[in-house]
Amino acid sequence: MVENLDYDEGSNKEKVKEEEQNIEEIKDIVYDLLRTIKDPEKPSTLEELNVIYEDGVTIKQNLEHNINIVRVEFNPTVPHCSLATLIGLCIRIKLQRNMPYPIKLDIYIKSGAHTTEHEINKQINDKERIAAAMENPNLKEIVENCIKEEY
Amino acid sequence: MAKLELIQTLKKDNGRVWNVSWHPKGDAFATCGEDRCIRIWAKDLLGKWSNKVVLTDGHKRTIRQISWSPCGNFLASASFDATTCIWDKQSGEFECNATLEGHENEVKSVAWSSSGQYLGTCSRDKSVWVWEVAEENEYECAAVLNAHTQDVKKIVWHPTQELLASASYDNTIKIFKEDNSCDDWVCCATLTGHDSTVWSLSFEGNGSRLASCSDDCTVKIWKEYTPGNPEGISTSDNNSVWKCVCTISGVHTRTVYDINWCPLSGLIATACGDNSIRIFKEDSDSGPNAPTFNLICNVEKAHNEDVNCVAWNPVVKDLLASCSDDGEIKLWNFVDS
Repeated sequence: MVENLDYDEGSNKEKVKEEEQNIEEIKDIVYDLLRTIKDPEKPSTLEELNVIYEDGVTIKQNLEHNINIVRVEFNPTVPHCSLATLIGLCIRIKLQRNMPYPIKLDIYIKSGAHTTEHEINKQINDKERIAAAMENPNLKEIVENCIKEEY
Repeated sequence: MAKLELIQTLKKDNGRVWNVSWHPKGDAFATCGEDRCIRIWAKDLLGKWSNKVVLTDGHKRTIRQISWSPCGNFLASASFDATTCIWDKQSGEFECNATLEGHENEVKSVAWSSSGQYLGTCSRDKSVWVWEVAEENEYECAAVLNAHTQDVKKIVWHPTQELLASASYDNTIKIFKEDNSCDDWVCCATLTGHDSTVWSLSFEGNGSRLASCSDDCTVKIWKEYTPGNPEGISTSDNNSVWKCVCTISGVHTRTVYDINWCPLSGLIATACGDNSIRIFKEDSDSGPNAPTFNLICNVEKAHNEDVNCVAWNPVVKDLLASCSDDGEIKLWNFVDS
């Protein structure tokens, strides 16, 4: 315990800088993965439809636990969008599969952008429901199509 | 300083492990998860825990939970494929000799009552089912309880009575018992206080209190006040009231997925989405109506991802098993020096 307090200020500043850099890097990786996700109904990507946007991705580091917490906010195209849950599912599965290291992911609908925002937020952050949804062949097929990378 | 010493790490490279369940004799345990099979682990000749049996052909989807019968001869498994399987060794090898159907979708939890006479199951279909164990390999549905308004995540039986507690996505806990006057199972208490999904529950060894954990990042301790209790807490219809007597907040930084109250030591272990395992001990100086539980051990990075389950060995004191999204199962020894 005592050793932890015994640092000189210089090295600490350096450490802070390193973390900031790291946060930017994670943010870029996350956004690059999200921008190409296709809308479940339209031929456009979520980025083209402004459903996801760079400012919607924020990273918080919990240094104590050595955890990167990624928060993704998205804006459904219409306030009663029936596909909001599906979009949330696509975001989660794409990141879960492709991030180069483990992250903690929280996904939220832009505040005020959906009539049942609270219910949807709860659903898309419940990992048990997500896991079960991905074992449903119909849902899985839709998600796989939306998150497929095209080269 | 109290600490958890890592004894062994087990891994089979098959994705998320949801649950670990000790055999009542304490010399073996079962695990299950995303890979749709059940593994039974016991010590080898060198004293190392190793995988003895793999049960593969019971379920078509994730196995969410497994539970040993109190006699140790039966193993029940709850799956996202909407069925519950009962396995036994009558033929010499483990076989699925009964499949319980009825839930509309994912079965999330299964548990045997202490007498072994009843089996409880619950599902995303919002219902809790009580099954009566009849003749050989026969299970009769004794009740379908539709008290919750959302998914039911977990059920546990009282350690001595035929009393069933359920935890739900509707943020409440409900308690069910058989009403002898109408021969039917009824909800006799609803415990409200959590602000989000209640993920798991565990009774204290003597059954007088219940611990719960939630997506709201808290743990709550509920105490039973029976009719005519000396504290003068009012009850109705001759039913006990369960009151929250302690809330542990500000300790867990993500969803608390599991909680286990050890009947041997009285210690409470929690499994958290921040990768930590924590151990709490009741302050012996605190009063019965306002107990204090102190965090005496905090293992950060106990696993590399969410910890899904913690289970104290029912025979060997201070032996704890845990499992995680990282696919690992770990065995720990609690040391309080």
